[in-house]
Amino acid sequence: MEQVTSLVNIKGIRDGLLATFEEAPWEDQRLALLAQIDDRPAFFQGARLAMDVGNQILKVNDLVDLRDHLSERGISLWAVISESPTTEHTSQLLGFATRISKPRPEERKQVVEVSDQTALFINKTIRSGTRIEFPGTVLVFGDVNPGAEVVAEGNVIVWGRVRGMIHAGSKGDRDAFICALDLSANQLRIADEVSAALQPQKDPQPEIASINNEGRLQAELWKTG
Amino acid sequence: MTAQVITVTSGKGGVGKTTAVANLANGIAMDGKRVVCIDGDIGLRNLDVVMGLENRIVYDIVDVIEGRCKLRQAMIRDKHYQELYLIPAAQTRDKNAVSPSDMIRICKDLRADTDFIIIDSPAGIERGFRNAIAPADRVLVVTNPEVSAVRDADRVVGILEAEEKGNPALIINRLNPILVKNNDMLSAEDVLDLLGIQLIGIVPEDESVIIGSNRGAPVVTDPKSRAGQAFRNIGKRLQGEEIPFMDLEPQSTLWKSIQRMAGGRK
Repeated sequence: MEQVTSLVNIKGIRDGLLATFEEAPWEDQRLALLAQIDDRPAFFQGARLAMDVGNQILKVNDLVDLRDHLSERGISLWAVISESPTTEHTSQLLGFATRISKPRPEERKQVVEVSDQTALFINKTIRSGTRIEFPGTVLVFGDVNPGAEVVAEGNVIVWGRVRGMIHAGSKGDRDAFICALDLSANQLRIADEVSAALQPQKDPQPEIASINNEGRLQAELWKTG
Repeated sequence: MTAQVITVTSGKGGVGKTTAVANLANGIAMDGKRVVCIDGDIGLRNLDVVMGLENRIVYDIVDVIEGRCKLRQAMIRDKHYQELYLIPAAQTRDKNAVSPSDMIRICKDLRADTDFIIIDSPAGIERGFRNAIAPADRVLVVTNPEVSAVRDADRVVGILEAEEKGNPALIINRLNPILVKNNDMLSAEDVLDLLGIQLIGIVPEDESVIIGSNRGAPVVTDPKSRAGQAFRNIGKRLQGEEIPFMDLEPQSTLWKSIQRMAGGRK
């Protein structure tokens, strides 16, 4: 019994449980999996299970049979990963996932302290289709390209060109500002004020956008002091 | 031999991916290298038409994946070059018939006795795109000098960066120097400025490209065509040669700055 159970290894992953198998005929692997589950039925009750079956070639009947046995035990089989195209095809036919998503690389990884606020520091160009949201100030060391969006509850500072959409003070902070080396954005927003598109300039100069005394969003050249 | 796997992609459709694949493959085959093209656009195949091999198709890539034929049987030999092959897409299936692991496996099987594997990716950023980039050693992004095409290319570059697929290289296709001069078209400099990636070639607008595609005789084989020359140059750059960028407009300093930005000739 001990020997049979060691054919299968079950571990926790982000999307539930993942079962992997030692090399063996499918029938042995299947029995080992069910035996391990029956050892601790309470633990497996209600679990979502993914299986990596390696090169094993599985027919529709094999997978349907296993799925039924598992569901009798309160386990839902949702993914069957295999290197065999036949098995992969079978699992697609039955509507199982054939791969497990890896965690996406996090955009928000480098966080630095700026005075007593937390800021997000992005050390690259933000490209089309990317949306950065942050509950503080965002610093971008790079460009914000057309089609990209930066939404910050605090200020937005871009050491580069802004061609996309920027929203500072997204939770209503009318004192928030946006500044950039070249501020020719599609659209700027601060709190609930929206600016029209800014024309690209021939000789861009650093600009800062904020809400002026009349309550309108305005961009002006950045001056020291 | 260990093949280099090159995937040709774009964000927007119709910018000339398939044309680029056919021309680069023929161009590299002209240099005596062994090249296999894979049409990754399952369900909408057209690389076979552009290469003039449509009526030779017996098996396709889905037949290989589902075990109905051997890989060798699905490789169609080109009419002119003995060392150029095409693995066609299936016309009657959709992209779900192929997975990224299938593409990786096929390329692994081909690598040992091939110099270059060139994959034609479908447009967009869905499953078919992910299949096509999965096995890639190097990705070429094709764009036209148009605002919408450049924006979609930017998106694709962002995804490639997130997938850690190395640094993609850029092909600017269908550039019209006269329109650029009159400020009616984005210049190559504008495009590079926005995308900020390495440039591997600029292909000028040339009607012989369309004629060649319709005849199934890629323009790269036409020694008189400017676009053909551009594709031959890109092919040589992919083989590691240092080829200066073509002078599309002699009086301009533009080209010098492009060369500088691309880090090409010093």
